[in-house]
Amino acid sequence: MSLHVGLYHFLVVSAILFSLGIYAVISRKNAIMVLMGIELILNAANINFIAFARFGIMNLSGQVVAVFVIILAAAEAAVLLAIVLNIYQQLNTVNVDEVDKLKN
Amino acid sequence: MNWYDIIFYAFALLTIVSAVGVVFSRNIVYAAFSLLFAFFGVAALYVLLAADFIAITQILLYVGGILVLIVFGIMLTSRANSVEMKKGLLRIAPSVIVAGVIAGTLIGVLTTTKWPSAGTGPPEETAKPIGTLLMTNFVLPFELASILLLVALVGAVIIARREKERRA
Repeated sequence: MSLHVGLYHFLVVSAILFSLGIYAVISRKNAIMVLMGIELILNAANINFIAFARFGIMNLSGQVVAVFVIILAAAEAAVLLAIVLNIYQQLNTVNVDEVDKLKN
Repeated sequence: MNWYDIIFYAFALLTIVSAVGVVFSRNIVYAAFSLLFAFFGVAALYVLLAADFIAITQILLYVGGILVLIVFGIMLTSRANSVEMKKGLLRIAPSVIVAGVIAGTLIGVLTTTKWPSAGTGPPEETAKPIGTLLMTNFVLPFELASILLLVALVGAVIIARREKERRA
């Protein structure tokens, strides 16, 4: 692994981003912080897709997959925030460890 | 070290430092602002990977859409000046271990594998080929994505409104 930027550098950046996202998802209580961790994870995956599209043999298919990942991330964020708002109205908290009721 | 390398290291550093800020910030509003810079850094990495269309999409959708949603969520759910984050962590030791093991494994595997490489040409325009691919090879996922967006939109509205109507 040389100092000259190639595929491996992008993969390492994405691996670090992924681990930070995993850490946020596991350790944070606030549901919105968990969402931010998920966004970091999706971004890391996207970097991998596009790096392989550039350096590997995936060609432009990698970039198309990245577009789909971004679409999924937008849909997921909207639904998750709706759920979080609903939980907040019902239980007056957004901490994931306090939300342990299924009904009333 | 040419300019490409220097710019890459600058933006990689920006991305990772901002991501660390997101993850370890005590204040959730600061975390959201760090996330803004992390998204910009990732968009810059896309530009360095010759993916101009994805980079613009990233800025439009993540910064203009998802981040605004997140900030709205923060404003609607956090009580005034009780943005307490000190108690907002659970299971620190296990999560450090899990994240560290995942990072080590990933970096080890990714850097020791010999990936098939096709070599890189000069950067080319990508918007038009991506549009062509979406309408040819990827037309089924494209249509499914549009249905998914419709379902998510309707579902989000219904989920967010349900309780208010019941109370009224």
